[in-house]
Amino acid sequence: MNRNLSERKLVIIAIYIIVGFIFAARLFYIQVIDESYVVYAESNVLRKNTIYPNRGVIFDRKGKLLVYDEAAYDLLVIPRQVKEIDTSEFCRLLEITIEDFRARLKKAVNYSRYKPTIFISQIKKNEIGFIEERLYKYPGFFIQSRSLRIYPTQIAAHTLGYVGEVDDRDITADPYYKMGDFIGKSGIEKSYEKVLRGTKGFNVVMVDVHNREQGHYKNGKYDTSAVLGQNLYLTLDADLQAYGEKLMANKIGSIVAIDPKSGEILAFVTSPVYDPNLLVGRARGENFNRLMADTAKPLMNRAIMGMYPPGSTFKMANAVIGLQMGTLTEGNAYSCAGPRTSPIKCSHNHKSPLQLREAIEQSCNPYFWNVYKAILERGGFGSTESNYNKWRSHLLSMGFGKKFNTDIPFELSGNIPTSNYFNKIYGADHWRALTVRSLGIGQGEITVTPLQNANMAAIIANKGFYFPPHLVKAIGSPDKTIEEFTHPIQTTIDPSNFIVLQEAMLEVFEGSHGTARWAKLEGVKICGKTGTAQNPHGKDHSMFIAFAPLEDPKIAMSVIVENAGFGATWAAPIASLMIEKYLNDSISRPQVEQKILDADLIHVK
Amino acid sequence: MRERNSIFHNIDWVTIVIFLLLMVIGWVNIYAAVYNDEHKNIFDLTQNYGKQMIWILTSLVLGMVILILDAKFFSAFSYVIFIVLLLVLILVLVIGKEVAGSRSWFEIGNFRLQPSEFAKFATALAMAKYMSALDLNINRLSTRLTAATIILLPASLIILQPDAGSAIVYSAFILVLFREGLSGNFLLFGVAIAILFVLALMIDKFVLIGCLAGIGLMAFLLYKNLRRQFFWIVAAFIVLAGYVYSIDYVVENILEPHQQKRINVLIGKETDIKGAGYNVHQSLIAIGSGGFLGKGFLQGTQTKYDFVPEQSTDFIFCTIGEEWGFTGSIIVIIIFVGLLWRIVILAERQRSKFSRIYGYGVAAILFFHFVVNIGMTIGLLPVIGIPLPFISYGGSSLWGFTVLLIVFVKLDSVRLQLL
Repeated sequence: MNRNLSERKLVIIAIYIIVGFIFAARLFYIQVIDESYVVYAESNVLRKNTIYPNRGVIFDRKGKLLVYDEAAYDLLVIPRQVKEIDTSEFCRLLEITIEDFRARLKKAVNYSRYKPTIFISQIKKNEIGFIEERLYKYPGFFIQSRSLRIYPTQIAAHTLGYVGEVDDRDITADPYYKMGDFIGKSGIEKSYEKVLRGTKGFNVVMVDVHNREQGHYKNGKYDTSAVLGQNLYLTLDADLQAYGEKLMANKIGSIVAIDPKSGEILAFVTSPVYDPNLLVGRARGENFNRLMADTAKPLMNRAIMGMYPPGSTFKMANAVIGLQMGTLTEGNAYSCAGPRTSPIKCSHNHKSPLQLREAIEQSCNPYFWNVYKAILERGGFGSTESNYNKWRSHLLSMGFGKKFNTDIPFELSGNIPTSNYFNKIYGADHWRALTVRSLGIGQGEITVTPLQNANMAAIIANKGFYFPPHLVKAIGSPDKTIEEFTHPIQTTIDPSNFIVLQEAMLEVFEGSHGTARWAKLEGVKICGKTGTAQNPHGKDHSMFIAFAPLEDPKIAMSVIVENAGFGATWAAPIASLMIEKYLNDSISRPQVEQKILDADLIHVK
Repeated sequence: MRERNSIFHNIDWVTIVIFLLLMVIGWVNIYAAVYNDEHKNIFDLTQNYGKQMIWILTSLVLGMVILILDAKFFSAFSYVIFIVLLLVLILVLVIGKEVAGSRSWFEIGNFRLQPSEFAKFATALAMAKYMSALDLNINRLSTRLTAATIILLPASLIILQPDAGSAIVYSAFILVLFREGLSGNFLLFGVAIAILFVLALMIDKFVLIGCLAGIGLMAFLLYKNLRRQFFWIVAAFIVLAGYVYSIDYVVENILEPHQQKRINVLIGKETDIKGAGYNVHQSLIAIGSGGFLGKGFLQGTQTKYDFVPEQSTDFIFCTIGEEWGFTGSIIVIIIFVGLLWRIVILAERQRSKFSRIYGYGVAAILFFHFVVNIGMTIGLLPVIGIPLPFISYGGSSLWGFTVLLIVFVKLDSVRLQLL
């Protein structure tokens, strides 16, 4: 019996060995085969701290500061560390609702329980002290410094654009961005995002279980330093821009001023405007929604997104194309019977018949109907359609009907209808000049943006070429100009054909019958053309294109004041004042200025 | 008889070397587990590793004292020691210091003593004493009941503290009884009970009972000699089926919520890596990220930055696994299995039944701690907070295991004189 039982030691030793083997097998599996624990261990202990570089500063053409970064703070949360807290007190401290609190926390939890997530971003300097003092009561929440865009001059909101938190699309499009990062959402901030943002740096640090940093991982081998964003020098003239915005107060519309010798945009005014500081920091969302809801659409940059019928300003294009195509000469005379003229009547009272110069000076509709008719009915070159196509290609060479695609985001192309468009409506070969007569005076299907109109003025000033209109002069330092924009683009119109236009446009101010004669500026030869564009939205748009001085054009511009009536009444004096401001840096006609400043064309009907 | 005067006469050096080795491994790993830059000195007495050094030194003294004592003392006084320990276990329920909800500790100044660590030794002595009686027949019911009482008395008192982990250690004595002639069916039955417990929580009860019925039927049909046992097969089936049915009740009503959670986490019913599963998850990360050779001494990130709780005590094996890798872990396992094996061999060479049974008791207790502690850290068993013998930090447990083991070494050294 005893000997028999002593054999049982073998069973017991076998049990020990089996257990030893089970442990060895399990250890071999988790330590040698399964590598996931290595990853877990690293994610436990390694924390990638982001170093956010300051965004580039933006200056105007003269070096005046338009945008800079100010210290701001993000409130971060590590959901795992959040304990039971007095939620309502916490919400009062942060000025958020309980629902908002829950939503934000949920978002953070969905991202990660273990990693810090931005709970509230861009808390301003003056608010942070109060919050920070009380933060000890709320474990899991901590503060990280970031920066905030500040717009000291408060001008050019649309041009500068704004930055906002990246959304899912941004992250998908470019993995550089991580949740909570900021990105330029519009304007220069968007088109020069990569220049302005710099490059984020990272510190890979080790943390203990309480998320306290324990030093750099492998002595900083995997750390990268942040690269500061580059500064930008805009083509804008801050003073002119501010003046333009002031003149356009209580009016809807746009002013675009270009330096014809470089394509540099000097003023890029859209109205109504908003204070760019509204779209910064914690109040951004609320302010954004308010601006979105405004029926005057203050967020829309009318200079590039407003598609207007050009009205009589377009007569300049038709005239120069007629001259180029040989269907018009300076001496051509057409008669006008005023309001009784067919098929297009004239609203002005003037002598008849008249020649090109007089027709421009007095903006005679019947004259330009005849000009357009002559273009489309030109003999020896085929049908109406082929003449139309020729006319259209001249327009496209002048920048109409397409985008410039320089550095202005959300630009619209306007519309110069193709012949196919009319073929579809009327059938091929079933439409004539008479069918599309309104195009002759810049009405009908044609739409242009204020930027395109200003570019037209620059082309006239340059006698046939333009530089691509753009907003940034230099990157990094004022002398580092952007080469891409320095090449002139030739239009299909010969320089000689512009001489008569320039002279006639001078008469618009100087002539005894000039439509803008009362807006004339002593001592400066301004050339201009009024436009009074009919539109489906109410009263006519008041429009104007101009450049000055004639001998050596330094500024070319377009002005549009929506639903304001005659071009001569509002747009012309605004253009004249802008030119004076830019060329002389002072205003000699306070009464003209006062009249514009006093005019409220939005609230009084 | 010159050697007789030496306390080291005839002692088993293999066991002693393993004993010392395990304590040093423990000390070094405790140092790594609680290491921080401000206290770099391994002898720093304000830190756990400094204190462990004291426990090790005092354990050595304790071991010497045991070796000096007359071996007959343990056999003669086994019941006395057992009864004293039972009284002490009762006393701790009354005047013990409540720590984390359990009254398991005496507190004398800064010093804490956990009597349940010594009760194992006392129970092993009492068991050896009782089972070594000349006319004992283990197949008698009264014998079994008495043996069960010796096991259950201290276990029940420990459950009252409550410290379920330390109490279930006593189930290890079934291995001792097995060696002394208890039917192997009890072992199989115990294993079956454990497997069924886990299965009952994981799969549908009806499926499980169906499987049991199937196994019973197959046994009945395949083994002709079992046919006469028809009644016993049916009885076993009914008992097991009833057991399966009662598991839910036991888990939901008798186990504490934290014990339920630990079981649910182990069988994958819950994946709460923040709460109950946190320890195990972090422990697995620590060991699993160790790789083949380990991250190196003091290089374990899990260890260094305190991701694993209780790391110098119950989860000390994490440090070994993380910093010494598969190689280090296997060495520790081999050392343990070697120690257990050695103890069994020593036990079998005893002429005295008392010494042999005591030896098996020592092996059973050490084995149970080894299985449960390492099994828990590598995610094979639920979290049961019992230390890894000689390695985990703690004075009471180190003293307790030292007494347990060295008494056997002493008994072995005088095996030729005892009968």
